[in-house]
Amino acid sequence: MFTATVTLSLLAILFGLILGYAAVRFKIDSDPVVDQIDAILPQTQCGQCSYPGCHPYAEAISNGEADINRCPPGGEATIQALADLLGVDPKPLDPEAGEVKPEKLVAIIDEQTCIGCTLCIQACPVDAILGAAKQMHTIIESECTGCELCLPPCPVDCILMVPVKQSANHWKWPFPQPSAGLNEGGNL
Amino acid sequence: MNKINRKLWKYHGGLHLEEHKSISTGQQSALLPLPKRLTIPMQQHIGEAAHPIVDVGDKVLKGEMIAEASGKVSAPIHAPTSGTIVEIAALPVPHPSELNVLTIVLESDGQDQWCERYPIENYRHASSEQLRERIHDAGIVGLGGAGFPSYIKLNPGQHFAIETLILNGAECEPYITCDDQLMRERPEAILNGARIMRHALHAKRCIIAIEDNKPDAFSALNNALSQSGQNDIELVMVPTLYPTGGERQLIKVLTGKEPPSQGRTLDIGIICHNVATAAAVADAIIDGTPLISRIVTITGEAISTPQNIIAPVGAPIEELLDFAGRESGVNTQLIMGGPMMGVSLSNTNLPIVKTSNCFLLQPAEPTKPESPCIRCGECARVCPAELLPQQLYWHSRAKEFEKVQEYNLFDCIECGCCSWVCPSNIPLVHYYRFAKTEVWAQEREKEGANIARRRHEFRLERQEKVEREKAERMRKKKAMLKDKEGAKDDTAKKAAIQAAMDRAKAKREANQVDSTISASDSQPKSEL
Repeated sequence: MFTATVTLSLLAILFGLILGYAAVRFKIDSDPVVDQIDAILPQTQCGQCSYPGCHPYAEAISNGEADINRCPPGGEATIQALADLLGVDPKPLDPEAGEVKPEKLVAIIDEQTCIGCTLCIQACPVDAILGAAKQMHTIIESECTGCELCLPPCPVDCILMVPVKQSANHWKWPFPQPSAGLNEGGNL
Repeated sequence: MNKINRKLWKYHGGLHLEEHKSISTGQQSALLPLPKRLTIPMQQHIGEAAHPIVDVGDKVLKGEMIAEASGKVSAPIHAPTSGTIVEIAALPVPHPSELNVLTIVLESDGQDQWCERYPIENYRHASSEQLRERIHDAGIVGLGGAGFPSYIKLNPGQHFAIETLILNGAECEPYITCDDQLMRERPEAILNGARIMRHALHAKRCIIAIEDNKPDAFSALNNALSQSGQNDIELVMVPTLYPTGGERQLIKVLTGKEPPSQGRTLDIGIICHNVATAAAVADAIIDGTPLISRIVTITGEAISTPQNIIAPVGAPIEELLDFAGRESGVNTQLIMGGPMMGVSLSNTNLPIVKTSNCFLLQPAEPTKPESPCIRCGECARVCPAELLPQQLYWHSRAKEFEKVQEYNLFDCIECGCCSWVCPSNIPLVHYYRFAKTEVWAQEREKEGANIARRRHEFRLERQEKVEREKAERMRKKKAMLKDKEGAKDDTAKKAAIQAAMDRAKAKREANQVDSTISASDSQPKSEL
């Protein structure tokens, strides 16, 4: 009886120490769920979800403050992925947040009109605008996320949103058009 | 005679197809009359598009470089004839997307005048690096259809010892005969190219594989080999079966080995090149000629004399079709490549590029109506990559891109056997191509999102740093001001007080003197 008590107590102390050590040694600083949510979000940093960027939105979702359907750039695919991750039902996109754009856009600056005020540079969340005070600005197209945050500050309206140029390298095969005679859904 | 009784292996599936090859091999390949206008796209290979180094109005000589490679996976492009650059603009290219790609338009001056060429005298004395550099500079890409820059496939790196160099002369797809014709007409060039590549790779052995439906090509190569007096290359006849010309399938047939799923042939010590690529390599090293023309099969039921044509890169497809003669009064459909893997083009006013091996002009047929999948399993029986085409189809159709990858979508070689046997006429390969490009697009998006995240985080960090530094500066300035004030309190103030006191004292003293003077002055006044 005594031996058993001592053994079990020692074991309990040992495991307690191991667990205590592990809790310190393998401490996770950030919430892994937040990072997982953040990984799904499209990182446009556009703020259409009403949070200042994708990571804050991810935090809000993880805290249960925000719904999963407030990301227009991600669209249906993002909502579906979030629903799968969090084990909730997917919902249609919240119209309050905005609409899904039919194609990906990037900003371009009409360099003739630009007065070099640097307001857009301050607005760009990903540092995709290059320029200096009273110097012409330009957008690094490959880095632009199409968030449109540079549009409102521009005092001369010289920023336009244009569709991303298609290159043959990045061209996608269209979904095969079901030809006549196919009974859609009949083969499921 | 180098034909030995070599053990050959078999791969899974495959199809015996009607060949339709003899219709285009009846005559010597013809040289296309020099076109007036050549449209030369900058993207004729896998990888980054080439970058033009000429301007509109420049005069160029045949073989002069007009666009340089941009990046590692890229290839330069050369002028196919002498003439003037008349336009540099985005123009349509022979690609299923029918998108416009930056293109240099060259107007020929009819002289066909060569630039200075620098052959390598004896390749055996050249180093691998020299040979690779020359092959790169000659703009050579895989001519079997993929268009991967060849110099990369001659650079296995130090970790891989190359056991076998295989030259692929199987040409298994129906109708296509350009490699067959090349093997018949230029066997020496192919053998020389094989030797150069082998030298560059330090490969232990070299095999040229030819399907047994090309006995003429085999004997031409065999004669050339005995004439050369060297017995360093093995010629192997492989049974005709579609798609033996697929790299993995050919390796399996010849060696019994299989490269790992989504791995490279390099991993098992094998490198595969097309026979036409070997000939281009020989031209580049022995003659110093860059890749500016190729042999193209023009064939099909709607062509009056199907044949092989040697055409410069940039020649309009129309001119080749007209050269071979079109059957009049037939509604036709143009296919780039063969009937199994080719893609249809709606426009015939497109240029020949480095990878154009065949153009097939067929009478237009209405597409057969697609019916539901009946799960017959024929597709899995014929799949040479041993995949499950049905599962791939379901998941591609449902846009379940993770699932398709679990079923090894990227091991699919798009040979088209599954679509060919499908009794329901489902365009299976089209679904796989759709799924593949979607997966790539998603990967690119993911990559883009990661970059955006990093840039955003960096920006936040920077802003925070700027704030912090500003606060720090403010704090320092305040402290400095305080220090200064403190210092003033101590010394300057004291000094000021002292100075003021001194001043007051001096004033007082001066006043006293003044008063005495004024007193002495005033006395007489007062006396007045």
